[in-house]
Amino acid sequence: MPQNCQSQSFSKLYHMGTEELPAPLLDDNYRNELGEEATAATSEDFQDSMKIAWRYQNLPKMEVSPTTSARFGHYYDVSQTMSSELFQSIKCHSFFLPEELSSQPTIKMCNMNCGYARLLQSIQKIIYQEGFDGSHPQKKQKNILRIGIQSLGAMLWGDDICSTDNPEDSHSLTKFLYVLRGLLRKSLSACLITVPAHLIQNKAIMERVTNLSDVVVGLESFIGSERETNPLYKDYHGLIHVHQIPRLNSLICDVSDTKDLAFRLKRKLFTIERLHLPPDLSDTVSRSSKPNLAESAKLLSSGCGAMAIGKKHLDF
Amino acid sequence: TRFDDQVFCSERGVFEGTFTLLRDTRTDGSFLVHHFLSFYLRAGCKVCFVALLQSFSHYNIVAQKLGVSLTAAKERGQLVFLEGLGSCLDVLFGEEQQQQEQAGQPHPLRFISDGASDLRGLFEFVQTSLAPAAGDAWPGRALLLDDLGVLLSLGASPVAVLDFVHYCRVAVCSRLQGNIVALARGGDDSEDEENELLVTSLCHHSDLILWAEGLATGFCKDVHGQLKIIRRASLQPGGQPDVLQIYQYKIQDKNVTFFARGLSAAVL
Repeated sequence: MPQNCQSQSFSKLYHMGTEELPAPLLDDNYRNELGEEATAATSEDFQDSMKIAWRYQNLPKMEVSPTTSARFGHYYDVSQTMSSELFQSIKCHSFFLPEELSSQPTIKMCNMNCGYARLLQSIQKIIYQEGFDGSHPQKKQKNILRIGIQSLGAMLWGDDICSTDNPEDSHSLTKFLYVLRGLLRKSLSACLITVPAHLIQNKAIMERVTNLSDVVVGLESFIGSERETNPLYKDYHGLIHVHQIPRLNSLICDVSDTKDLAFRLKRKLFTIERLHLPPDLSDTVSRSSKPNLAESAKLLSSGCGAMAIGKKHLDF
Repeated sequence: TRFDDQVFCSERGVFEGTFTLLRDTRTDGSFLVHHFLSFYLRAGCKVCFVALLQSFSHYNIVAQKLGVSLTAAKERGQLVFLEGLGSCLDVLFGEEQQQQEQAGQPHPLRFISDGASDLRGLFEFVQTSLAPAAGDAWPGRALLLDDLGVLLSLGASPVAVLDFVHYCRVAVCSRLQGNIVALARGGDDSEDEENELLVTSLCHHSDLILWAEGLATGFCKDVHGQLKIIRRASLQPGGQPDVLQIYQYKIQDKNVTFFARGLSAAVL
């Protein structure tokens, strides 16, 4: 992935002010930000050879953050915003439904919600006109169209699946996703969508949405939930659930060993870390906190997508 | 060694007119689709593959790992491949002329755009693909459907999907003595009632059910799931009880290994 943002053609399909975008961390800054976290962790881990727990000597050190050793993707400093020069130099398309609906007459496409139909047309037009489907060769350096869609299924798209158990048209969203999938498969593009799953009353729709997607990740915030006070989660702001990963062009897929991931927003960075029980070191741990940790241990999942249907954990 | 020799050795040959249902619960059963696709092509059947959820190149790349080239099969006329994802774009964004060119026969995915209540167009596509033709080099017939739940997401009712399957059985299994293999996803704890209805109904009418499930105890690196094989002997005259076999499996890059429960190579 090119490091210089200016050579990318980033297309964002939702109205969003530039003042909301975090500033990207370019090479040196990245090393400083993540480097200081990593060195802090490794200096604490330094130990003499073990005398009692010597069987564990040769096991790899537990890495809290899965990506400290390798750079992957981009990192952002959430305490600063992206400079407008950077943003203006990138070719960007946006789609704001109220503007679209007022400018053109409504269209009827395959009995789909008008907002979704209009969005599909807009995406298809960009793919065709900018040559991402190979219809006319791109004159510039070949690039990937990146699409972001916010709050799909929410009322601002004209869909009522978030407000009622029996929506007027429960198939609009899934039809939209299917056609979108077709557009993505047939062009050089990738798409990230967010869906307010907690608002969608009909759970069958969420299952179908999952089946129509390649990667499904859920974010669960601790704010307002009972987990906020749980000592297991005291360092974090929420959990990350990897519901589905793609199995493309292969019989196997790359399933990670780590099933428990949590996120937190640090002073400058949004990080994702492995969740683990802190060691129960103190002799004077009070009675009240011990059962809390035991309860917390049950929350750690013993499996992922193939979910444990019973809480089968071993007690010694 | 191909895993069909280990597990799917059936005393019945390929040209028997059976309906096989592939199910998956809490896991991805698509490895079974890849298996049957390469199996039928190697067995010399003419195959019609209705692939709704993945692109042609995805199946082609996996098939090559299993020793079969889908491109070559298409070129020699052995494989008729409907790529749903690409095809639906023709229906929605294609020009009027394109649609009129296919005179006499509606587009197989027409139902997405015109909200038709039945899947007649799709059935006619299947029927035409597998119809006997002069000079046909392929004695057997097979229809693969991946996967039926997508039809529900596209607005078809469970009854419409069941009707479609029924028509296909008559055309393929009864008249042509061919086989049908269909994947229907979804589990017992699913909240999708329409899908549950579809899967339950299909189970009742299937000759063979292959049911891939994630392990009840959760993810394991060496055992990816268990496979229940249910031979519906109760549907045959004689009223024998159904035969149930259970295996566990591990999926590898070019193969799937099956073993009896608890006997994974990792624990032996």
